[in-house]
Amino acid sequence: MNTLQELSSQISNFEYKGHQFSCLTIEGEYNVLRVEVSDLEEMPIFLTITEAQILCISYLFNNNEIHQDKIPELNQYLLELSVPMPLSAFAIVDEYYAIFGALSCGSTLESIADELVTLAANSSDSLQALEEFIK
Amino acid sequence: MNIVTKLLTAIRGSAREIGEAVVDTQSLRIFEQEIHDSKENLELAKKGLTEVVAKKMAVERRIESTKADIAENEGYAVKALEKDDEELALQVAEKIAGLEANLEERNIELESYSRNTEILKSQIKEAEKIIAEHERELAMVKTRESVQNATKSVTQTVTANDSAIGSARESLERIKQKQQNEQDKLEAGIQLRKDIEGDDLEQKLKASGIKQEKHSAEDVLARLKKK
Repeated sequence: MNTLQELSSQISNFEYKGHQFSCLTIEGEYNVLRVEVSDLEEMPIFLTITEAQILCISYLFNNNEIHQDKIPELNQYLLELSVPMPLSAFAIVDEYYAIFGALSCGSTLESIADELVTLAANSSDSLQALEEFIK
Repeated sequence: MNIVTKLLTAIRGSAREIGEAVVDTQSLRIFEQEIHDSKENLELAKKGLTEVVAKKMAVERRIESTKADIAENEGYAVKALEKDDEELALQVAEKIAGLEANLEERNIELESYSRNTEILKSQIKEAEKIIAEHERELAMVKTRESVQNATKSVTQTVTANDSAIGSARESLERIKQKQQNEQDKLEAGIQLRKDIEGDDLEQKLKASGIKQEKHSAEDVLARLKKK
């Protein structure tokens, strides 16, 4: 999977476990593909392709959207959740808490679709599991 | 030289600023140049090793031939002594002494070549290890940088447009609303099936006469007749 355009056109016509993918390319220094997984549209995924990997990120919340006094507890919780969570891990990017997965550039379309569906589902589940931390 | 430490320090410190390179391209270029130079030196060392090994083999060959010469001349000396030609035996013995001195020199030379070979081999091994390690570090720095840039770029691109990421609370409410709708639909479906099944049962009971119609025409007529 070499380019975002290639991936975008292929995955838009692909169905995985009853989910479809709706893509939008956002132009920038690195082009970003915004992917909505059907039935999980609330948690869009932002995908980039670099020399090293295919990176998929879903943003959970901004730092200022959570109860500041609960941050240490939240961080602890996220670290504990990262391993049991299939395919994805938690991260902090700038002021955002995010959930992400990375794939080899040689991944098949099916692997990428699996990653996107799993990540969107993990993102949605996580947001619900973390409700007590959100203002 | 320790670029990884530099990298980690940079990440902890000022590189959090959006758009700032993790490691400036200048130091990356210097590091790449160092790896390139190390590789050239390694090639020279390998060439040097080949030469030393060739010299060592030449010395070994000469030692063998000197040993053969000594053995040959020892044979002559013995034969001269057998013929009681003391003078000839002495001349041969002098030649043998010369050969033995030569052999000793060659042996010292051989030992020195052997030592040099060992030293060069271990130096080459060490250099190869260091170069591989540096290349791995460089790949890590470059990957890190490209991922860092890509991640920053994604966040920048995404956050520049407010609608790209909604608020967490809104997303959460939408998810909950959707799940509630799903649940409602499911329950409605169950209820509807119950109703239909219930109707069916009623019909069957009535058809079999077990359950009587509350307001049948016969009942009404009977009631009126009693009046």
